[in-house]
Amino acid sequence: MSKVRVLVGTRKGAFILESDGKREKWDVSGPHFAGWEIYHLKGSPVDPNRLYASQTSGWFGQVIQRSNDGGKTWEIPGGGPQPGPGSMPSGTSNKFVYDESAETGKPLTTHQWYDGTQHSWEFKRVWHLEPSLTDPNSVYAGVEDAALFRSTDGAQSWHELAGLRGHGTGPRWQPGAGGMCLHTVILDPSDPGRIYIAISAAGAFRTDDGGLTWKPINRGLHSEYIPEPTAEVGHCVHHVAMHPSRPGVLFMQKHWDVMRSDDAGDNWHEVSGNLPTDFGFVIDVHAHEPETVYVVPIKSDGEHYPPEGKLRVYRSRTGGNEWEALTEGLPQSNCYVNVLRDAMAVDALDSCGVYFGTTGGQVYGSSDAGNNWTPIVRDLPAVLSVEVQTLP
Amino acid sequence: MIRVILPPHLRTLAHVGAELQLDVEGPATQRSVLDALEARYPMLCGTIRDQVTQQRRPFLRFFACEEDLSHEPPDAPLPDVVASGAEPLIILGAIAGG
Repeated sequence: MSKVRVLVGTRKGAFILESDGKREKWDVSGPHFAGWEIYHLKGSPVDPNRLYASQTSGWFGQVIQRSNDGGKTWEIPGGGPQPGPGSMPSGTSNKFVYDESAETGKPLTTHQWYDGTQHSWEFKRVWHLEPSLTDPNSVYAGVEDAALFRSTDGAQSWHELAGLRGHGTGPRWQPGAGGMCLHTVILDPSDPGRIYIAISAAGAFRTDDGGLTWKPINRGLHSEYIPEPTAEVGHCVHHVAMHPSRPGVLFMQKHWDVMRSDDAGDNWHEVSGNLPTDFGFVIDVHAHEPETVYVVPIKSDGEHYPPEGKLRVYRSRTGGNEWEALTEGLPQSNCYVNVLRDAMAVDALDSCGVYFGTTGGQVYGSSDAGNNWTPIVRDLPAVLSVEVQTLP
Repeated sequence: MIRVILPPHLRTLAHVGAELQLDVEGPATQRSVLDALEARYPMLCGTIRDQVTQQRRPFLRFFACEEDLSHEPPDAPLPDVVASGAEPLIILGAIAGG
C-alpha cells in the first residue's frame, strides 16, 4: 500500500509525519534541528529518500541539511573534515555568494529599500528548496535577498543563476513585510529550460533557457498599493501553483487577488470570484484535477487571520471564479491563525489528500480532496512550510 | 591547546559537548582559533562569522576572563591564559528573543 510523508517546517524545528494510504493514523518524528527555524524542506522526486532542508537562525545564519534515508538521519553536505588535498571544499553548503561578474549577467547590486532608497543585496536565508525533477543531486534555492541559486553536487556548493538579477529591474524590487524573498520555484516537467519563480515584492519571472535569461511575467496584475498599479515589476506575489499535466496554466495568490494565467504567465486575469476576501498566502492544485484549486482566504494584509474567526479552505472546481467553502473539521469560531505561503501541499493518492499548516501549530489533512479535515498534529511550533511525498 | 566554549545550538550542530579543545598553529588570535575551529568542524563555517566577509555575526560575542573581546581586531593576540589553555574562549549568543 502507498504511504504518505508530510514534511513540516516550523519556527522551532522540522517534523516528519508519516501514514499509510488510509491517512488515518500518523507517526510523528521530530523536532529535527530543534530550536532552529526550518523555512522549508522538500524531497527529490527522483529519489524520495533524498531530502533537503533549510535551517536558519538569526544568531547563526543559514545551514543546509540533507537526508538520504527519508529524514531519519541528516547531514550537512560537506560538513565533515576535508578528506584530502584537492577534494571538494568543506563547509560551503551554506555559502550563498551573489554573482556580480559581468561575464555571467552583470547583476545590479542594489534593490529598493522600504523607504525607497537603494540598498545593497545581502544574503539572509533560504526560503525554498526545489529539488530537480531528474537528478537527486541538483536542487534550486530561492533566497532572501531575492535570488535563485543552484547546486549540482547535492547542496555542497551553490552558484547563483545571476541572469535573474541581471535582467535590469532589480532597483525596483523591494522587500515585503517578510523580507525580499524568492519564495516560489516551479520547474516545468515538459520543458527542462523553463522555470518560474516569484518574489515578494517584485512579482513573477520566467526563464526559458535554464536560468540564463529571465523576463517578468506580471501583465494583468493590478496592485493598488504600489505607485503604478500595473507596473512591470513591484507586485507582491505570495505564491504560484501549477499542475504538472498543464505546465502553461498557473494560479497565483497575490497580496490581494487570486489570479490565473493560461499562457505560461504572459497574461494574467483575476479569478477571485466569490471568495470572502482575496487576500491570502497559499494556493495549490488538486493532484488529478488540474481545474481544482485551493486557497485559504485571510482577512486582510493588516489582519493576518481568517475572516470571522472561521478557518475555511476554499475550493474551486472550475479553475477559479466559483469557490466553495470547505469547513468540515476546521474550527469555525475564534480561530485567528494564519496559513503561510509554503504551508499547503497535496498528495498523489487516488483520493487526493490536501494538507496545510497554521501559525498556531496545527497541521490539517484531508484524505478526500478537502471535504473533511482532521488535525494530524495540533500543537507544533508555528508552521512555516508543508510538503508532501507520496511513496510506493 | 585552546579551549573553546560554544553556544548550545552550535554544540548540537558540531556534535560536541560544552567545551572543546583545539590545536592552533601560530599565535592564538580570534582568527587563528576560528580558522582551526572551522577546519576541524566544517559544519560551523558561516555560523560564527560570515562566509564571505569573515565578520563576526552580529548576535554573537567573544568573551574570555570575564572580558568582552568581541571588538578586538581579529589578529590581536588572545590573553595569555587563553593561549595557554588555562581559560576558555567563550562564544556567546546574544540573549535576544525573549
